[in-house]
Amino acid sequence: MVTLKTQIIGTWTLLKKELLRFWRVAFQTVAAPVITGILYLLIFSHVLDSRLEVYEGVPYSAFLIPGLIMMSLLQNAFSNSSSSLIQAKVMGNIVFLLLTPLSYLQLFFAFLAASIARGIFVGVCIYLIAIIYIDLPIEHPWFLFLFALLGGGLMGAFGIIAGVWCERFDQMAAFGNFVIMPLSMLSGVFYSIHSLPVAWQGISQLNPFFYMIDGFRFGFFGKSDVSPYFSLGVVALFFIVLSFITIRMLKSGFKLRN
Amino acid sequence: MKPAIVYRNVKKNYGTVKAVNGISLSIPQGEFFGLLGPNGAGKSTMINMLGGLANPSSGKISVMGRDVQKEYQEARHLVGIVPQELVFDPFFNVREMLRFQAGYFGKSRENDRWVDEVIDRLDLRDKANTNMRALSGGMKRRALIAQALVHRPPVIVLDEPTAGVDVELRQKLWSFIKELNKEGHTIVLTTHYLEEAEALCNSVAMLRLGKIVALDTTRNLLKKFSTKNLMLRLNFMAKKSLPQSVKNFSYVESDGAYIFQLKNITDIAEITEALKKSKIEIIDMQTLDTDLENVFLKLTGAK
Ligand SMILES: Nc1ncnc2c1ncn2[C@@H]1O[C@H](COP(=O)(O)OP(=O)(O)O)[C@@H](O)[C@H]1O
Ligand SMILES: [Mg+2]
Repeated sequence: MVTLKTQIIGTWTLLKKELLRFWRVAFQTVAAPVITGILYLLIFSHVLDSRLEVYEGVPYSAFLIPGLIMMSLLQNAFSNSSSSLIQAKVMGNIVFLLLTPLSYLQLFFAFLAASIARGIFVGVCIYLIAIIYIDLPIEHPWFLFLFALLGGGLMGAFGIIAGVWCERFDQMAAFGNFVIMPLSMLSGVFYSIHSLPVAWQGISQLNPFFYMIDGFRFGFFGKSDVSPYFSLGVVALFFIVLSFITIRMLKSGFKLRN
Repeated sequence: MKPAIVYRNVKKNYGTVKAVNGISLSIPQGEFFGLLGPNGAGKSTMINMLGGLANPSSGKISVMGRDVQKEYQEARHLVGIVPQELVFDPFFNVREMLRFQAGYFGKSRENDRWVDEVIDRLDLRDKANTNMRALSGGMKRRALIAQALVHRPPVIVLDEPTAGVDVELRQKLWSFIKELNKEGHTIVLTTHYLEEAEALCNSVAMLRLGKIVALDTTRNLLKKFSTKNLMLRLNFMAKKSLPQSVKNFSYVESDGAYIFQLKNITDIAEITEALKKSKIEIIDMQTLDTDLENVFLKLTGAK
């Protein structure tokens, strides 16, 4: 009745459904964030290109791209799992999932994988459009891959937590506006933290988004504000902690099976 | 043979509300079982705990011997639940929904033929490629039932399946559910339409405030509570000179119509004899049956 095969099919079915769910509305879930990212790029690079050089020999517009890609990746990974769950809860169709034999681990993996997929897909789109008119090296592809995967996973897990926790759309919106938005804006997407006053540098270093973006940028330029290995460690640690919390939450049935 | 469903001293509290307050119940396989009770009696809560939508505060529930918490994966394979609320996923059409649902249960593409059969049997074929959002209420209800069947569960539980559907669809659903029962599925149905339970169920449990107030076969329950009533329309003489032997029966009178509560069918003879002796003419005579509704009202004290 319950075999490895049924478990794999079950998980894959949920992943497929989650992918289709955002793909069906790709206009909102892919096109919109890609356009936002490109707009940031156009405006900031146009205004600041001639005036700023963060790393020697790296034009500001090139410096900006990795941060924008990572920021969009993170926001979209979060958005995928959180909006899927909150919609299913508000519409009530979450029961269809809860009535199945899918285990908490299967739910976790499927939602997480879909989040990572959407985040990376949006990131790749921005990258492909950006390199049409801006030169961008790739020094360490493995770092790019690891940071994209861990960052997407971290935010996918965070999205699951938010989706399970929130009961209404406005709570979810508050989550986005008061947690995700400030963290991503104050993460060094638009600047190197070395250009900040010392106090702000310290505060930035408490922000996990900073390490995701700084490490990701290292993958392109081979330069970063802090050691990429340290960043990788921080991101991996956050990913593990958030995953652990998410799994515990799903296992307990918190807010879902009540 | 293991019972299809067992509740053992199950309780569920929502804050201070005792939604289910100590229920023990065993439903044999092949049964067509009715769970009756007024709104708020705890029917849906019982069903939700069975399907894992809510965890019991205490007690144990099993499906075909599988504990719904410890062996939840096996238990959920064995039961198909049709929720009370008309919920749907607005992103997909009927066939996609059903295939996804089967997939969650680990069914591979070979199951697609069964999905199409379910679609046909519920008359959903014309709507199979229609987005769930665009379906009428009745069609949504059918799709909801179909969703509970895609993984071929031996036990099927329907929470108020005919609430808010028109008469025609209700008849169709009734005969469909009867068919499923004939094919060997155990059926549990909650309803507050008593005619539904009377027409379909072999056994019923009546619920009130989270407790079972009666549990028996539908027939026994009717027998137990069928205080048959005799309605007599008598001529004017009755008002003045109703004999004491007749007055001893409990009765109510209005406008020359007397309704006697009978304990025994022989009571009828006794009453008519006594009336004849007193020369009171019987103008009209009728017996009134008790239906489940009356039993229900008596037991649950509902209005
Ligand atoms: N999720 C919930 N939170 C709080 N109270 C609930 C919840 N679900 C049901 N109840 C309460 O439990 C009682 C039983 O409800 P329910 O099982 O839906 O009854 P029925 O299905 O028989 O109409 C009611 O008093 C209801 O208000
Ligand atoms: Mg109910």
